[in-house]
Amino acid sequence: MNLRNIGLVFKKDVKSYFGSFIAYAVIAIFMAATGYLFFNLLASFSILSFQAQANPMVAKQYNLLNVNETVVRPLFGNISIVMLLMLPLLTMKLLADEKKSGTMELLLTYPVRDAEVVIGKFLACYTVFVAMLLSTISYPLLLINLGEPEVVPILTGYAGLFLLGAAFISLGIFTSSLTENQIIAGSLSISILFFFWLMSYSTMFVSAAFGQIISYLAINEHLESLAKGVVDTEDIIYFVIFTVLFLFLTLRSLESKRWR
Amino acid sequence: MIEVENLTKSYGSHLGIDGITFSAQKGETIGFLGPNGAGKTTTMRILTCFFPATSGKAVVAGYDCFENSFEVRKRIGYLPESVPLYRDMVVDDYLAFVAGVKGVESKAVKQTVTRTMGDCGLDAVVGRPIGELSKGYRQRVGLAQALVNDPEILILDEPTNGLDPRQIKEIRKLITELAGQRTIVLSTHILPEVSMVCERVVIINKGKLVVVDKPDNLTANLRDSSRLFLRITGDLDQIAKALGEIKGVRKVESTPAANGCNEFVVEMARGADGEQSILPVVVSNNWQLNEMRAVETSLEDVFIQLVTEEDSA
Repeated sequence: MNLRNIGLVFKKDVKSYFGSFIAYAVIAIFMAATGYLFFNLLASFSILSFQAQANPMVAKQYNLLNVNETVVRPLFGNISIVMLLMLPLLTMKLLADEKKSGTMELLLTYPVRDAEVVIGKFLACYTVFVAMLLSTISYPLLLINLGEPEVVPILTGYAGLFLLGAAFISLGIFTSSLTENQIIAGSLSISILFFFWLMSYSTMFVSAAFGQIISYLAINEHLESLAKGVVDTEDIIYFVIFTVLFLFLTLRSLESKRWR
Repeated sequence: MIEVENLTKSYGSHLGIDGITFSAQKGETIGFLGPNGAGKTTTMRILTCFFPATSGKAVVAGYDCFENSFEVRKRIGYLPESVPLYRDMVVDDYLAFVAGVKGVESKAVKQTVTRTMGDCGLDAVVGRPIGELSKGYRQRVGLAQALVNDPEILILDEPTNGLDPRQIKEIRKLITELAGQRTIVLSTHILPEVSMVCERVVIINKGKLVVVDKPDNLTANLRDSSRLFLRITGDLDQIAKALGEIKGVRKVESTPAANGCNEFVVEMARGADGEQSILPVVVSNNWQLNEMRAVETSLEDVFIQLVTEEDSA
């Protein structure tokens, strides 16, 4: 493994993201969507607060006057859903486009290892994702400025989102390695992510043991606890394994192309 | 430098190439010749370690393409047929990227890129995105990326494909200049190109090796016969019959043409004087001779002959 080659691939792909305006477009849409969702959460929280002021029973009944419970946690849930829709747009081109335009043929005949290419591309996409997620930092800052939310769940929630992003990108690179069609790569990764997301709904229809397996595999269950401020190594391990597994499958997929 | 032995590649049940064997010495320029789909690109992709052969052995620069592909890849420059480039990248950045991954030292990258761009005539497009360049310039960028690490071996898949005649001339000149100490393998289906730039020709057809030889030898082999082209006004069958009876004539091909002015190609045995023996026959029969000239044997004829021989066999 040559760090310089990873760096070169990384630099090339970051330049391509920001040079072709894909990064700007995706970040702008991401900000608009999460900003709208944050505004709604905040607005409904302030309406509830006013109602609670007039009638203390409202607050007691619904236990809704906790900023962390009513704004921060749903905000992380909303951001993760927007990520689920936007990150495949960033990952779908990574390998599919190289294959379609034929540049893959040159890249694979240069003295670079497949792993260097995949890791460089992963890091390039992750960099765009970090920029994208950091654009949401103003929302919790605004909350801290206006109210008194607990800071720890905000930090662990962000940590969860950064882990979740790595998992999404890893899966996106894998689907991008399967086809040379960007649309197929993108829609495939959105559907697989949705599958991992919605899996937990079926826990109640199956046996207890099987239900436990399903709820461990479901991706959103692991974000949930981090957004509550609970740091469980089980959740962190889940995200790390998810990411590494799909990067590994990407390498296998690239290798199998050579034998066909 | 390049040793290819019994190379076979199968795509499912279809054989892309079938038992190809040839070799190239250091500093030699080899031309790969064959109709479309003959297996030129497949052979080159094996040599460049893009994919492995199904069976057989390919050794490039002393390393096996399968077992030591990393060492091979350090020592080659490859230009694929479609000239795939990153269209949204600036020429200099792209070449710097390629120089980097090909192992040029960080400090030397800038200098190497400037030098290569000069060598390939790219000074005019410094700082321009590749997508904006003309086909000719993109071809040069393709060559530059192959050359940037100063490789011992250059593998060029149809380097003049799709260029206008002036660009073709320039690229050919560039390739001849590059030759020097390098081993070059280039494929083409333009035959004059081979006699211009290559020292040896490998002709393949339908995945099989047809012949490996110098271009001059190939044309010389066909020259044991000479051919004459005639246009004579008169009865087609009668003329063909009379021409066929002349001493030294091996074969007569006749093509009827408008207004009774028929065309004939007469193949003569070596040493027979075609003009001297045909003229009296024409005069004595009172036919009108419109044209008579010798037909040059070109590499094109050799190619067509070899490829069609293969088909009928």
